[in-house]
Amino acid sequence: MALSDLLLKSTITLNLDSQSSSDVIQHLGSKLLDAGLVKASFVNAALEREKIMPTGLPLGGTINAAIPHTDVEHVYKAGVAMATLTQPVTFQNMVNPTEGVEVRIVFLLALDQPKSQIEMLQEIAGVLQNPNLIEGLVSAKSIPEALQLIKDASSG
Amino acid sequence: MEGKKRILVACGTAIATSTVVAKAIEEALEKRGIYVTIRQCKASEVPSLAADADLIVTTTPVATDHGKPVIQTLSFLTGIGKEAVIEEIIEKLKD
Repeated sequence: MALSDLLLKSTITLNLDSQSSSDVIQHLGSKLLDAGLVKASFVNAALEREKIMPTGLPLGGTINAAIPHTDVEHVYKAGVAMATLTQPVTFQNMVNPTEGVEVRIVFLLALDQPKSQIEMLQEIAGVLQNPNLIEGLVSAKSIPEALQLIKDASSG
Repeated sequence: MEGKKRILVACGTAIATSTVVAKAIEEALEKRGIYVTIRQCKASEVPSLAADADLIVTTTPVATDHGKPVIQTLSFLTGIGKEAVIEEIIEKLKD
């Protein structure tokens, strides 16, 4: 399934005012929980995993991203929650966990099986590799606007 | 096929970033006419699986004391420096 199908209106938060990476994960985790996509254990599992194996991704421009996620046993159904942040919070760098990354956009991934969501994962990588789209999402004023940007980008 | 090189792609959970990385490497190498066998694993599984691999590509820190070359990179997720990493992969597979 495509990202624009898995990213529900109810799981997008624009201009979230957050103090820490844990805040963001808790906020987005509760969105996935409310949408019935994940088990109650998901949020803590994602928080714990982030501590051991962080997911901050420096994108080379002014805006960086993070893609927190956790093991399949905490997930009922694949989905994504997205937040853009009014002020950056620090995630640790995935490939170099001692280094902090100032993050403005977060995709919390609910993953069930690797093969079934390759399209979604590739699309997220595509979003991360598209600086104009990232900038557009961070400055989007409404959720329909953000969804439209993603749809337009994936249809080429 | 005999002589096909084996790449072990590692990430934290073996389901998210390694899926993207494995697919990206496969496609990039196929474009150059290079066919490899790719296996995904968790970072914690690298020590036990390294023996069966010619190269390890990882998005997260892994053990490096197994005598196999390791490339740590986020390029297949972020796009930054991707071409250079593909060249590095090809170079390391030649050995």
